[in-house]
Amino acid sequence: MDDKRQPMSGDPQVQPDPLLLTAQGLSKAFGGIQAVNDAEIHVPQGQIVGLIGPNGAGKTTLFNLLCNFIAPDHGRIIFDGQPIERLPPHKIALQGMIRTFQVARVLSRLSVLENMLLAAPHQTGEKLQNTFFQTHTIRKQEQQLKEKAHVILESVGLAAKVNDYAGALSGGQRKLLEMARGLMADPKLMLLDEPAAGVNPTLIQQICGHVKRWNDNGITFLIIEHNMDVIMSLCDRVWVLAEGQNLAVGTPAEIQSNTEVLEAYLGQ
Amino acid sequence: MEVGYFVSLALFTTIYALFSLGLNLQWGYTGLINFGHIAFMTIGAYTTIALTLPGFLKEMPQRIIEQYPVLESQGWLSSSLKFLGNILPEQIPLVIAVLIGALLAALLGLAIGTSTLRLREDYLSIVTIGVSEVVRLVAVNEEWLTRGPRGVFNYPLPLAKLEPNLLIKGVMIASLLLVLGLALWRLWQWLLRQPRREGRPTLSLPLFVGYVICSVGVGTCWWFAFSLSLTIELPAFLQEIVLLMLRLAMAAPLAMVGTLLVYAACQRPFQQLRTQSIGTHLNLLTSSMGMGLVVMFFGAHIMGIVDYTYKAGLLWLLILTVAVVFWQLERWVNSPWGRVLTSIREDEEVAKALGKDVFRYKLQSFMLGGAIAGIAGSFYAWQLTFINPDGFIPLLTFQAWIIIVAGGAGNNVGTLLGAGIFWAYNEVTRFILPNILPLDDARLGAFRVMVIGLMLIVLMMWRPQGLLGKKEELTLGR
Repeated sequence: MDDKRQPMSGDPQVQPDPLLLTAQGLSKAFGGIQAVNDAEIHVPQGQIVGLIGPNGAGKTTLFNLLCNFIAPDHGRIIFDGQPIERLPPHKIALQGMIRTFQVARVLSRLSVLENMLLAAPHQTGEKLQNTFFQTHTIRKQEQQLKEKAHVILESVGLAAKVNDYAGALSGGQRKLLEMARGLMADPKLMLLDEPAAGVNPTLIQQICGHVKRWNDNGITFLIIEHNMDVIMSLCDRVWVLAEGQNLAVGTPAEIQSNTEVLEAYLGQ
Repeated sequence: MEVGYFVSLALFTTIYALFSLGLNLQWGYTGLINFGHIAFMTIGAYTTIALTLPGFLKEMPQRIIEQYPVLESQGWLSSSLKFLGNILPEQIPLVIAVLIGALLAALLGLAIGTSTLRLREDYLSIVTIGVSEVVRLVAVNEEWLTRGPRGVFNYPLPLAKLEPNLLIKGVMIASLLLVLGLALWRLWQWLLRQPRREGRPTLSLPLFVGYVICSVGVGTCWWFAFSLSLTIELPAFLQEIVLLMLRLAMAAPLAMVGTLLVYAACQRPFQQLRTQSIGTHLNLLTSSMGMGLVVMFFGAHIMGIVDYTYKAGLLWLLILTVAVVFWQLERWVNSPWGRVLTSIREDEEVAKALGKDVFRYKLQSFMLGGAIAGIAGSFYAWQLTFINPDGFIPLLTFQAWIIIVAGGAGNNVGTLLGAGIFWAYNEVTRFILPNILPLDDARLGAFRVMVIGLMLIVLMMWRPQGLLGKKEELTLGR
């Protein structure tokens, strides 16, 4: 971890790793309210990047813009060398950018296993025409996916719940399931929206451990979080958003001592 | 009341089951609220009739020109219409007509879907109810196309002129037995997958076979009781009640004996039987009586085939169709494709975030459900042998909703069961209530509908998930 964290200036132009995600000039207005105004964000390959800001700063809107859940008014987003701002959300997900939601969204009336299996991309059996003739391939794929799902569930400690309804899980377990489900899609970049919100401290520790482990396995992360301990322990770089605009960027230590950021948080 | 009555009743039940299976795919699995399901049935029925009515298709271009004389002046249009009139066949084979009807129903689904499925789900429900009324009103007013309220009759019916020899009858009966056998096998597989609960007898093959044999016995007795009641002379007002009592009186003890046999087959000591809850007894009793009813209808159908009637032939065709549709639906909803549909029902944002093209899946589900309703429409027309727009009122859509809600949404077996219960209720009240209540026909009709509402309320309080739904699913939050 620490070898990646190099001392940096606040200048986003100087990046040691190739950029996986670049967004520039992103804007979105809801009626008269400028939720995101000319914001930018850069996520280098293989890092864990934090996104913080006071409530209402437009962090979640920025997430929605990145995945095109909300179409941006202006701006350019390049993911893995491809412009994606015009792609529909499901295509963005298939390119390897998987998001989670602020309030964990699981498919309640599906089992935990089904939640996991759903996430795998490009399944043969997802196409209606293939259900007629490719039953053998489908069955084989299902078996492989089940094995993969079991391994992932085992690693996050949900293996015992595999046949339970996802809706019967506790809040923290839902967060875990949502992340594990994202992992089933073999993402290049995972966008986590407040992974530690409403989760007990022990579980927060676990979640941090998982994120670090997955990051070591090559998955890049962009994390919105209010819990500064999580940001401090996980992130290589932190972007600060306030009133829809970039306020600062730097290492967690730099951000913590940045007077502008403190002012924005305390509302001075 | 005779064999033909049972066959007719079975026809209605099965047509409604097929119709509801389409809605169940749309709503039960995908969460699409469709209040205009009848539109698909209307399209299916009228298309099949129009394509098979001798000469109707060939005269169609001519009639279009008569209806819209303005077309005459459009040189190329009228000449191409005349050309069409020359090349169009007199009529089209029934099977192809049904498939075209289903295709057109699916295309209606495509038209509704592309315009509304991207919007929130309530828009879909509003548009569908509007479209179904539009389709019905077109059928009422465009007389050149549908003959309007006067209706269409004397159209070709499948297997109507068939005079089956022994071999064909044998094949028909054998195929029916095959379907029944497959259904029982599926029931057995389903029972095996049920979680074990305390206080229930352990499942074993002898128990299941015992259960089936008992049910056949019960069914035979129902049948005899019914025939017996036909030979007894009784005052009319008593007859219906006595009939019911007779049936119950003969069936109930048999079902009880059946229950005991089931336990015996299971080698449970009788002490343990006494400790079983009343609920278990009631479950076994009602399920073997239900099976008995199925067997009774089955018997009536086989008699209808042996002593060949058109309706029995149609029912045979319909049962095979429903079996194929049901089998295919089960394969679909249990495939990864079906998993995506259920995920859309649960939370389409999640499906989108995981890379599923939500719109496409919704459209597929909507069109397939529509096509199934279109096929049901063809059979509906053949069963009635006369159709006019009054047969396609929005009420039918809501009857399909009742069937699905009662049976348990997102459950194809539940839908079949719901259709059976709906029609059983319909017929029981039609024949028995007039003898019990001193009401005239109009009031009685209103009373029956009222009781349906009451029963639904009771059902929703007692089993809000529907008969075959899973209770746990209701308590789950988002």
